[in-house]
Amino acid sequence: MTSSIATTASTVPGETPAGGGLSGTVAGNAAGTPDGGTGLPPGASVRRPSRSLLHGLLTNKKAMTGAAILFVFIALALLAPVLYPDNPSKITGMASQEPDAEFWLGTTAKGQDVLALTIHGARSSLLVGLTVGFASTFIGILVGLASAYFGKFIDEALSLATNVFLLLPGLPLLVILAAFLPPGLGTVILVLVVTGWAGSARVLRSQALSIRSKDFVAAAVVTGERPLRIMFREILPNMASIVMGTLLACIIYGIGAQAGLEFLGLGDVSTVSWGNNLYWAGNEGALLTGSWWVFVPSGLCIALVAFSLSLINYAVDEVTNPRLRKIKKARAALKKPTTKPAATGKRASA
Amino acid sequence: MRFILRRLGFYLIAFWVSITLNFLLPRFMPGDPVSRMFARTQDRMQPEQIEALRKLLGVDSRPIWEQYADYLHNMATGQMGVSISRFPTPVTEVIASQVGWTLLLGGTALVIAAVVGNLLGILAAWRRGGAIDSALPPFLIFIGSFPYFWLAMGALYLFGVTLGWFPIRHAFSDTIEPSFSWDFMSDVGMHLVLPALTIVLVSLGGWMLGMRNTMIATNAEDYITMAEAKGLRPGRIMFRYAARNAMLPSVTSFGMSLGFVVGGALLTEVVFAYPGVGYQLLNAVQGLDYPLMQGLFLTITAAVLLANFLVDILYVRLDPRVRAS
Repeated sequence: MTSSIATTASTVPGETPAGGGLSGTVAGNAAGTPDGGTGLPPGASVRRPSRSLLHGLLTNKKAMTGAAILFVFIALALLAPVLYPDNPSKITGMASQEPDAEFWLGTTAKGQDVLALTIHGARSSLLVGLTVGFASTFIGILVGLASAYFGKFIDEALSLATNVFLLLPGLPLLVILAAFLPPGLGTVILVLVVTGWAGSARVLRSQALSIRSKDFVAAAVVTGERPLRIMFREILPNMASIVMGTLLACIIYGIGAQAGLEFLGLGDVSTVSWGNNLYWAGNEGALLTGSWWVFVPSGLCIALVAFSLSLINYAVDEVTNPRLRKIKKARAALKKPTTKPAATGKRASA
Repeated sequence: MRFILRRLGFYLIAFWVSITLNFLLPRFMPGDPVSRMFARTQDRMQPEQIEALRKLLGVDSRPIWEQYADYLHNMATGQMGVSISRFPTPVTEVIASQVGWTLLLGGTALVIAAVVGNLLGILAAWRRGGAIDSALPPFLIFIGSFPYFWLAMGALYLFGVTLGWFPIRHAFSDTIEPSFSWDFMSDVGMHLVLPALTIVLVSLGGWMLGMRNTMIATNAEDYITMAEAKGLRPGRIMFRYAARNAMLPSVTSFGMSLGFVVGGALLTEVVFAYPGVGYQLLNAVQGLDYPLMQGLFLTITAAVLLANFLVDILYVRLDPRVRAS
């Protein structure tokens, strides 16, 4: 689980200059529909580039690969009750069967169908990942905007809180929080949000600060717009791309951290999720008896989802950051043969 | 100097927050976990030990401020109570016997990952579009997407169980007496390979990409062009001119990633039953050993904060701009 935290933290500084890609369109639409005609001048100027950015994403190979993988998993999660209407934990076969025609991914030491467990596991894992991602990004937005808009004492206090939470070692904090709270899905989500919001808050604050100093915000203040309106209508739409990048990173964190927490047996072990599948695999000695088919599928699924989200994130960077894009083109033109095998290699490993 | 003092103040606040968190958690959690713990273990303990633990964990009728002051005093003097799962050993002793293994595992993995990752990043940025630059990053991002513990399970299964190249659990063989002999050291080394390898593999990508990105920016600076125009050797330009200046963000993330390494080491330790603080933390959780849990959390936090402070001092040494301001 920490892998995602580690990569998030180490790549965040690099990602910060990322431009406003997909998120631009998302937030643009979300903000655009309710306010109808009033937001036209800024809306029009935002919408045109965002349309081309959407186009850029749709023609970007990385983004499409990532979206395709993600789509498959979401479809599997939604279709799980149709594909396997039975309770996935039900014992249906002999213990520790190797993959064969009847059980495509074999059975666990208890005799449960691994494929059914894996597909049903997608439901809880994606649900928690998405919830944690959206919730921590939302808190990050609130804290970041409040810091940047009000400044002074409020900024000092919020920044201090953010930095303290960033510095406290995440997983041990997760463990003791989960140990004291009653086990359950709600606890897992709550604990992950508590430990996950700080990273997004820091990134969003620095972006909001730079927009806060722009002239149009000063103009809005002088015209007497209310603080909430300035924060959410003037500043927020202009940092949509960073919000998008943060959201993706938070979802990756949520999925990975949930798996880690459940692997330690700190989730609700009676539910079916990828992390719990791995917990039971470890508990039933799948490693020592050589039943690789019990622990490989769930881990691979976590990795594939995280990888697809990173691909989309990377693509947003590429589409919106002209510097990365230009260099890419120049490089591709210069050294065509070297870039090609990399792309195919990645697809093969994915 | 002012910079250092500011940072020191910040770390003290962070430490205070974690102590306060420890104080509040058992007192305001629903379901009263502490009473459950006492119900399970009461008969083994001396009355005065129970009394001390009650106070530590908040089963206490005194006003909350008095409890808090008492708690802070206890923590400052290192009185963390006795461990329940390893009764009657004091918490501090349990931790002391384990912290070394985590430092060994985490330290080895972190240093290897940082050195190799940064070198790869330097090379990738120096030969943009070359083999290292185009093939490694996607591969490492993919590897980095796997959960730590899952890679650890895979390595354990492949190299430990199936191939039998490396031992599969614990930090040294039961048959060897711990000593400073060659036999014991090499045994410890063999046990270290798999856990360290998994941590290195997962964290390598972050280091490499971070270094590569800053290095690309540095390579575009005028003084690099100037150095090339002067006819300096490429190796000298790469390391003394470009890499040296691109190093600073890496130093910062070295401190930041310590916390993550501790977390990663926690899961890896659990998979390999490596006797470090992470493995002990899980045991404490499973044994409802709240005093030990809290002690371990404080120790880990203190270690991370201290390491970050050391990095700050190093940073002042490396970056003259911080010293000047």
